Amino acid sequence: MTTEEMNPPVVAPPNKEKIKKIWYTALLLGIITTIEFIIAFTMEASTFRVSLFIGLTIVKAFYIVSEFMHLKYEAKVLIWSVLIPTTFIIWLLIAMLIEGEAIFKVRF
Amino acid sequence: MSATESVINTPERGLWGGGVSPLKITYGKLMMWFFLVSDAFTFSALLITYALIRYSYRAFEGIPSEFVFSPDQWWPIPEKVFQAVPFLDVSAPLIFVGIMTFILIMSSVTMVLAVEAGHRMDRVAVEKWMLWTILGGIAFLACQAWEWGHFIHGAHGGSMVAEGTTFFGANLLENQYGPPPFADLFFFITGFHGTHVLSGVILNMIIFYNVTVGLYDRRGHYEMVEKVGLYWHFVDLVWVFVFTFFYLV
Repeated sequence: MTTEEMNPPVVAPPNKEKIKKIWYTALLLGIITTIEFIIAFTMEASTFRVSLFIGLTIVKAFYIVSEFMHLKYEAKVLIWSVLIPTTFIIWLLIAMLIEGEAIFKVRF
Repeated sequence: MSATESVINTPERGLWGGGVSPLKITYGKLMMWFFLVSDAFTFSALLITYALIRYSYRAFEGIPSEFVFSPDQWWPIPEKVFQAVPFLDVSAPLIFVGIMTFILIMSSVTMVLAVEAGHRMDRVAVEKWMLWTILGGIAFLACQAWEWGHFIHGAHGGSMVAEGTTFFGANLLENQYGPPPFADLFFFITGFHGTHVLSGVILNMIIFYNVTVGLYDRRGHYEMVEKVGLYWHFVDLVWVFVFTFFYLV
């Protein structure tokens, strides 16, 4: 682009609906985080509390991936190509928790 | 000659003959997605390692107010480890890390707003929101630097390691909070995440520069902002998990 004059690109007006949805998602993430804080301070540590935390985290993850990363609006094939491989994580988690318990039994 | 070739090739194209994009996404964005999937595996492996090692130690059973740091008895309760805030000498469990979470989520929001502005070819708005995102990233890194500093130097009277010996803070061999792997995992996991934030900030700065010089206006689209946005949201996503498993559970 030397001396050539550029045509300024056409700027579209803000998509009000989209922006509203972004802030709505942000608000939701904030509320869930606040709930997590309240649980952390009011509830005694237990397996139930851990599963509550993990459940709320997955809800947050869902909103970040589907809305912020826009995955919800992509082609179905893409959604599945991203989601199916991550199920291996669940397997690894279960396997390693069993392993951790075995180490615990040896140690104590 | 190329004209004849295209004439020969065109009728051959069926479903598997090329020229069809079943994922309806550009090559760059697709590869970013698959990179993020692989990165998700890396972070999961690290967090699952934390779960494995934590599970192999005793958990503290009792009321949190009676909890004391111990290098060999039990794994520490996070709200007792992370309860300091900068400039104030008060005990505020998890408040500082809450602020960090808020900063990162907000910088993720400003990133989506930058992507939205990019779709509209609105350069000024992209610049504004990218700048907020970069600031958020830098603020997060600054908070993490303080958090590390505090973790390393230690507080709250240290922890007794042997008769008459008190150990303050943390290094890779010993720490005042709990078993040695606790500090090792803290350094590795939050450090690895912090490295991602740092590289995200650097990438954002490069893209911000390209936006300001009008590169994407000339190119006709702001897809690079979307790609770097995907990476940035992923960093936020990982923090959501680190926050839960390191600071809440």
